[in-house]
Amino acid sequence: MNKMEEKMGRATVPDERGYFGAYGGRFVPETLIAALDELTKAYELYRYDQVFQEELKGWLSSYCGRPTALYRAKRLALELGIKEIYLKREDLAHTGAHKINNTMGQALMAKRMGKKRLIAETGAGQHGVATATAAALFGLECEVYMGEKDIERQAMNVYRMNLLGAKVIPVSSGSKTLKDATNEAIRDWVTNVGHTHYSIGSVVGPHPYPLMVRDFQRVIGLETRTQIVEMHGCLPDYIFACVGGGSNAIGIFHPFLEDDLKMIGVEAAGRGIESGAHSAPLCAGDPGVLHGSLSYLLQTEDGQIEEAHSISAGLDYPGVGPEHSFLHDQGRVEYISVTDDQALEALRLLCRTEGIIPALESAHALAGVATLSKRLEAQIVVINLSGRGDKDVATLAALEEKEGK
Amino acid sequence: MMQRLNKSFAELKKQGRKALITFITAGDPDLAATCDLVDTLVAAGADIVELGVPFSDPLADGPTIQAASTRALAQSTTLKKIIATVKEIRRRTEVPLVLMTYYNPLYRYGLKKLVRDVCDAGVDGLIVPDLPLEESAELRRLAAEKLAIIPLAAPTTPDSRLAGIVAAGSGFLYYVTVTGITGARTKLPDELSHSLDRVKKISGDLPLAAGFGISTPEQARTIGRHADAIIVGSVLVKIIAQYGASNAGRQELSGRVKALRQALDSE
Ligand SMILES: Cc1ncc(COP(=O)(O)O)c(C=O)c1O
Repeated sequence: MNKMEEKMGRATVPDERGYFGAYGGRFVPETLIAALDELTKAYELYRYDQVFQEELKGWLSSYCGRPTALYRAKRLALELGIKEIYLKREDLAHTGAHKINNTMGQALMAKRMGKKRLIAETGAGQHGVATATAAALFGLECEVYMGEKDIERQAMNVYRMNLLGAKVIPVSSGSKTLKDATNEAIRDWVTNVGHTHYSIGSVVGPHPYPLMVRDFQRVIGLETRTQIVEMHGCLPDYIFACVGGGSNAIGIFHPFLEDDLKMIGVEAAGRGIESGAHSAPLCAGDPGVLHGSLSYLLQTEDGQIEEAHSISAGLDYPGVGPEHSFLHDQGRVEYISVTDDQALEALRLLCRTEGIIPALESAHALAGVATLSKRLEAQIVVINLSGRGDKDVATLAALEEKEGK
Repeated sequence: MMQRLNKSFAELKKQGRKALITFITAGDPDLAATCDLVDTLVAAGADIVELGVPFSDPLADGPTIQAASTRALAQSTTLKKIIATVKEIRRRTEVPLVLMTYYNPLYRYGLKKLVRDVCDAGVDGLIVPDLPLEESAELRRLAAEKLAIIPLAAPTTPDSRLAGIVAAGSGFLYYVTVTGITGARTKLPDELSHSLDRVKKISGDLPLAAGFGISTPEQARTIGRHADAIIVGSVLVKIIAQYGASNAGRQELSGRVKALRQALDSE
């Protein structure tokens, strides 16, 4: 492939079958195919529909508080010995994370498609809260599947969802985390597909979800582009984002894919890649099929899906979006991983230097920057601060108690 | 060999009978028991046996088959071992055998090697519920005339799409009776007979099998009037969950299959 074709390739994925190179597609029960066709058709329409896009833009600004700030973190930069660091403050978006960008888009579409009910899976609870919020706003019924382990470690978000009028359904199968909540949400959708829209929380799942969720999250990168040029005069050298399913990362990366800058996605190494207890399919997994698409996965030799581990519920998932697999193979984005401990350290560092409590997920992006600080010494770095850490306070407190601090 | 499947349907048709297809999860309670349970099913009147290959994330399955998969995986059941078990079963019976599983274990095994190994062992077809028409081209190409890649259709499948599914399919057409997941149901959709008649017009020579939710002889009789075969799974898996492969369990299983057989033949 020559340079030109390569660029074209990146700009035009996915193809009409939802493939990003070798990854993506639609590996779902036949029952869902008609619904995915309907959704694809609707999305093709709304994607280019001025009225829809204007309405969404209106909600994102008046209701969600967009554009979110791009903040120059001078004390953090000084501490890490890096020339300039900018934080894209998705933690300041309504409900406290980037997830709302996607749920506003999907809820608005669902309403226009005449669906009465939204269902969602959630790990950290941020996507659940964001779906419940959009459902309340647009008068839709909402049920959210959540693993029992996550219900425990993200209790505050469960309470928020209940307040917002959503029903949280505990999932007790498998690892009792995001993967199993997703299985249950898909089973619900297979059963209630007529009047229900499945609001997927990341750039995963069958086509058209990875495309649609990416497009709804691109607003992060588009804003960043304008803001960094205004503040700094040109594009940055590096962009960092954490990668669970990969929606905040693709959201900030995508508008820069054709530019001359480096992008780094940070996966969760949990207790260390060697320990096997991690959530880093791009760094340490193999291609396979889970939840409707072909992408990198944590799996056994026999093709059973392995349980993931991360201290951060939002990253605790054995899969990753197909577009990241594509960008990984192309070498356009570099994927690294940081451990639970490194993320915790980075979280505390941001609290102390900048007075910002980041989500544990976002702390992985910060830790990625900290790990590579030598290489970044003379660089302009943007970090996607995907969410705020209020939801993680209980986890942190429990940890400190255990450590006897 | 797909031949066994085609022959079975052709013979039943000649006799004016409907096929009884029974599903159990391989490796539940363990693989040695699976051989014996297949004997039981065949002796009681099953025409075709479906063996479930357990997967960690069976998203088209209800609680009964999910639990069976979990039990089988806890016994370290793998696709490789199931293929070896099929060889064992083939020494005892010529009953058509079909593997039902999700795509990832097959993908991971390697499709080319998979087709070769399952054909060598004596598997006649594959049912892969998360591999729709658009994604199955490679597997169908490799399977060619040797192995049936049995397609699924659902109540939500439009007629226009169904024609394409039938054209690409082999073995039989698996019509999913409910908009939902597997699991025994006391009530099936009111419009089911009507739907089956509609599908039958399109499926033509490809035998039509109805499955998901069927558990009682009464349901078997009614549905048998509108299809070439019925598929029962969860109700049998429940018996195994309760009794394992004990004599009592095999008797119970045999009784249930015989009752379904009788109901189908009484028409
Ligand atoms: C704040 C935050 N960041 C990141 C993620 C990970 O998701 P994704 O990789 O799709 O951005 C989550 C998921 O819950 C989250 O809550």
